[in-house]
Amino acid sequence: MERIPILRMGGYLLVTIQVDMHDRLALTLQDDLTEQISRTSARGVLIDISAMEIVDSFIGRMLANIAGMARILDASTVVVGMQPAVAITLVELGLSLPGVRTALNVERGMALLQRDLGTQEAAHAHHPA
Amino acid sequence: MLIIRHETLPVRAEADVVLARQQVRKWALELQFSLVDQTKLVTAASELARNTLIYGGGGTMRVEVVETGLRQGLRLVFEDQGPGIEDPELALRDGYTTGGGLGLGLSGSKRLVNEFELVSAVGAGTRVTVTRWK
Repeated sequence: MERIPILRMGGYLLVTIQVDMHDRLALTLQDDLTEQISRTSARGVLIDISAMEIVDSFIGRMLANIAGMARILDASTVVVGMQPAVAITLVELGLSLPGVRTALNVERGMALLQRDLGTQEAAHAHHPA
Repeated sequence: MLIIRHETLPVRAEADVVLARQQVRKWALELQFSLVDQTKLVTAASELARNTLIYGGGGTMRVEVVETGLRQGLRLVFEDQGPGIEDPELALRDGYTTGGGLGLGLSGSKRLVNEFELVSAVGAGTRVTVTRWK
């Protein structure tokens, strides 16, 4: 079966979507990512959509679902690289991706995830269980 | 309104929705729509083709290059012989869905095009026609 590859890098999972996904492929990615967060205890997920030419309501819902499930599994999600034309269209479509954090590029997205992790560790240090 | 060229594609499987998007992109490029307009058209096509497949049980998408006076545009006609829509006005409301989606397919696509027409009757299928002018 066709799948979007998920790369593991340190405590993070990286996904680059480079194909025009049909709906089932998007759902498979959602399931695979959730399963991998749990299996690898990843603390962050970075999804690069810079190659995506459109994000419709189905893909938008998939991104929101991934962010929601990751949050429940104690991982942060950042979606990076959205093309300006895609952003304009998405907002006009009525989707503002609530609950999904975005960054302009991979570098900034990674910085966001690292900051998250740092903040969490600091919080744990100040409030030992 | 003059129809310069047209093409009809089947919308019977998920892969057809992907093909429908790609075909609309190709035609929008040929007509030299701006990147934002291309993206809007392709996104609307994706939403409407999915509706044809999921709610209409499959159907067709017709792509037409249309011309009126000095203006050219791309018109997309999505047609199915499915169960039809009981209350089209309600179906066009943001957030209304019978299928567990976000309820943005119809209402959202309407915002992405210049002209939008929904013709549907219970038991008689659904036809959605959208046009974006250059």
